[in-house]
Amino acid sequence: MSAATDTPAPAVKTVGLNRWDSPWLNTKFLIGVGMLLVVVLMGLLGPLFWDTTLARVASSPLNLPPAWVQTDNPAFGEPTWDHPLGTESNGRDMLAVLIVGTPRSLRVGVIAAGIGMLVGIVLGFSAGFMGGWVDNVIRTLADSVITIPSLAVLIVISAYVRTVSVENMALLLALFAWPGPTRLLRSQVLSMRERGYVRMARLTGASTFAIMFKEILPNLLPYLASSFTGNVSAAILAATGLEALGLGPTRIPTLGMTIFYALRAAAILRGMWWWWGFPIAALIVIFTALFLITIGLDEIANPRLRGAKAR
Amino acid sequence: MAGLTPRYVLRRLGMFVLTVWLGATIIFIIPRLAPGDPVAAMVSRLMAQAGYIENSAEIIAAWRARFGLDGPIWVQYLAYLRNMVMLDMGYSLSSFPSQVDEMIADALPWTVGLLSVSTLLSFLIGNTIGALMGWPRVPAWIRALLPTTLTFTSIPFFMLGILLVYVFAYELRWFPPTGAYGRGLSPGWNWPFIKSLAQHGVLPVMSIVVTSMGFWALGMRGMIITNQGEDYMILAEAKGLRPSRVFLQYGIRNSILPQVTALALSLGGIAGGSTLVEYIFAYPGMGYLLYQGIVNTDYTLIQGIVFMLILGTATAVLILDLLLPILDPRISYER
Amino acid sequence: MSVTLSHQIGERRPAGTENVVLEVHNLKVYYTTPTGDVRAVDDVSFEIREGEIVGLVGESGCGKTTTAMAILRLVQSPGRIVGGQILLDGQDLVRLNERELREIRWTRISLIPQGAMNSLNPVMRIKDQIGDAIETHEGRLPRKELQERILKLLAMVGLPSRVYHMYPHELSGGMKQRVCIAMAIVLNPTLVIADEPTSALDVVVQRVVGETLLEVKNRLGVSMILIGHDMGLMAQLVDRIAVMYAGRLVELSDVYSLFKEPLHPYTQLLIESIPSIKERKPLKLTEGLTHDLRNPPPGCIFQLRCPHVTDKCREVVPPLLEVQPHRRVACHLYYDV
Repeated sequence: MSAATDTPAPAVKTVGLNRWDSPWLNTKFLIGVGMLLVVVLMGLLGPLFWDTTLARVASSPLNLPPAWVQTDNPAFGEPTWDHPLGTESNGRDMLAVLIVGTPRSLRVGVIAAGIGMLVGIVLGFSAGFMGGWVDNVIRTLADSVITIPSLAVLIVISAYVRTVSVENMALLLALFAWPGPTRLLRSQVLSMRERGYVRMARLTGASTFAIMFKEILPNLLPYLASSFTGNVSAAILAATGLEALGLGPTRIPTLGMTIFYALRAAAILRGMWWWWGFPIAALIVIFTALFLITIGLDEIANPRLRGAKAR
Repeated sequence: MAGLTPRYVLRRLGMFVLTVWLGATIIFIIPRLAPGDPVAAMVSRLMAQAGYIENSAEIIAAWRARFGLDGPIWVQYLAYLRNMVMLDMGYSLSSFPSQVDEMIADALPWTVGLLSVSTLLSFLIGNTIGALMGWPRVPAWIRALLPTTLTFTSIPFFMLGILLVYVFAYELRWFPPTGAYGRGLSPGWNWPFIKSLAQHGVLPVMSIVVTSMGFWALGMRGMIITNQGEDYMILAEAKGLRPSRVFLQYGIRNSILPQVTALALSLGGIAGGSTLVEYIFAYPGMGYLLYQGIVNTDYTLIQGIVFMLILGTATAVLILDLLLPILDPRISYER
Repeated sequence: MSVTLSHQIGERRPAGTENVVLEVHNLKVYYTTPTGDVRAVDDVSFEIREGEIVGLVGESGCGKTTTAMAILRLVQSPGRIVGGQILLDGQDLVRLNERELREIRWTRISLIPQGAMNSLNPVMRIKDQIGDAIETHEGRLPRKELQERILKLLAMVGLPSRVYHMYPHELSGGMKQRVCIAMAIVLNPTLVIADEPTSALDVVVQRVVGETLLEVKNRLGVSMILIGHDMGLMAQLVDRIAVMYAGRLVELSDVYSLFKEPLHPYTQLLIESIPSIKERKPLKLTEGLTHDLRNPPPGCIFQLRCPHVTDKCREVVPPLLEVQPHRRVACHLYYDV
């Protein structure tokens, strides 16, 4: 008497994936995206609510502390809600500077990281997939460029080539942005190359190109995304660093240049914290947001990192 | 020393040479690509000051020869390479007649000191915090350290520096805002100098340490957690070894290696960041010198310093790479 | 349905005195999952006598490794020992605290792990890995004495003395496994648990390792639990065999009788599936389904796949009873309970 016909298998409770279990609902990721959204919106909608011409030199009274500050320092003017975040020694209104400068910083980062990622994808894939001398050359070159202190070289370049536009600066930064993604992509491709589904694709005669794009790339998206945000962060950091040394565009206010002017005017020791404080705050918000997004994406990509607790 | 094969050493040396050459070439090419001839501008500026400089004609002639302005670009390039290798960087334009290598030599110890102390501290503290996260019976306050250190990781070195100066130097006046040691003190092995040195050093070092700690902590914690599931950890426990031994010899020794590799990779970034920190604090190291060079458009100084930074970073990476096989006997097999 | 044993390797002493070194009573190890407890080991009882090798067999996931880990108290979360006793020389291991456990680990009971590849610390030399077990339990020893002892040990498992200084990655798979064997016996334990020691090795090396195990048992008189699923290898090494299915022990008997006349239907299936050079056997596919380990059916654990299942099997759990001398089976076919 066969067992199969007599007794049906005991019903097993299947637990469907609850919507709320989706890996994309990662706390860190969402908080980061939220913060970034606030910053982007400020840049986009700001000009609608505030007069951005106040970011020009000599457009506002000098040395006003933010509106809520009580001060009897004779060097400062009378705070007013006309300039809620205060003004600085050149007559720029800080709120306007923030609204104009923040999107600049973001743009530089995104473009530089974007170019770096593109180059990185091409080189990383080639190195990982083709192996041999191609791999050797690319890998050696990438390792070499990573070791070179990028900021120092960028300083030299900027000192000679006084860059003015966001695009030019982004291009410069991209020079040093590509090794990271290249290494990452290469190691991912190497590990994926031997995975089952890739071998299957090869066996069915799919072309290298097709394998790369249809099989490997979709699985790498979370890594790519987290690498991208990490690179954006690094690029903004480099750009701000250069500007803080005075090597940025002079006609339009950016966050980094504002810090430079503040330092040059000894704003720290004069107590004019709002001059450098608000740009730094904005930048910290951007960096923290990007950091959270990067870590969140890491966790989304690699389930083992989620909630890993030491026993 | 297992793993330190001649082949490995040669390869590492090759990377060193390649990196330095690549960096030097980049900073050679870029100025010459720029519109206008900065060299000619520099020379003419020197000539404009000629009224105040003795032997100006000879100096200018020496410059032309040094830069090989008369020769084709290849000659210039080779002369440049030769000079850099001999560490002969010529005269500073703005602080003439000081020699670039002298100025760098004065500034170098400060930078090396700042960098080594900060890197060491942040690596040690950060990795310790990260490792502690893997120790089973850790008090809650230590556990809270990790998120705390992480919050600072997204702040760039120099911005934290600005904040620290404002809070501790301006508001609280606990530490001096700038410089490496107080004016009027003579450098040497005397207590007032050393004390002043320490006082001036706290804030710059803190800027670097506090921000980079979190990075090491996070990485170490990840490694320790990953390693805890490894078979050799289970066997170590089955052997009845003391928990401390399991943690140190089996856990940490295996986790620290990727961290050292990460250290080598991050040195380039740390060098750049500390440049900015010196700038903020007017700490008389190479970073501050570089800033002065920028302000004065002192091209030879800038070139010399950046070359030294490249050389220094590449050397540090080389040393780390040579240390790795000693820590991990598998390394030379994997490369 | 019989199998003739091929030649024996090594010398085998019959199971010695009736001295029992390990008693497992009603052991239960469950894994907590969000949808219920997985009963990895469900009410398992057996004993090990001095100087005997007991094989623990069953298909993947039947609970053999979990049983071994439970005896060593190494069950990893989310698994936990839910009930039962494990008496080693009369001492209940389940009740011991961390410190007491550390004392008996390796000195009285040791492990030869499944994957020797990953079980050796990659950054420590062999001498240090063996040495630290010695020194942890016996205190610091003079270097020469320690070295001699380790070298003798390596010789016993057939490894050349140069292994002493080497790192794990410099050794082959078989050598690493023999290092693990050496390490397991260094403190002369009462019981050694060998978890599939030959699974990851090729056939030739399997034989060498198998011989080493026998040699070790004969020389030191240590008792062993040998976990595996290669019935052929078991036949050549062990004195008694315990067969597990889905967390329960279904048959426990001496090895000759088991192969000559397997009692439990599952054991019969296992033996039948061993390929034979002498006979030509049709490929037998078992019908029926395996059940969800979170929700075992009432009654016999094998009911869904058993060709001889009855209504009683679906209601009453058959206990493990001795139906012939030295032969225990958990099946309603052999008794009336």
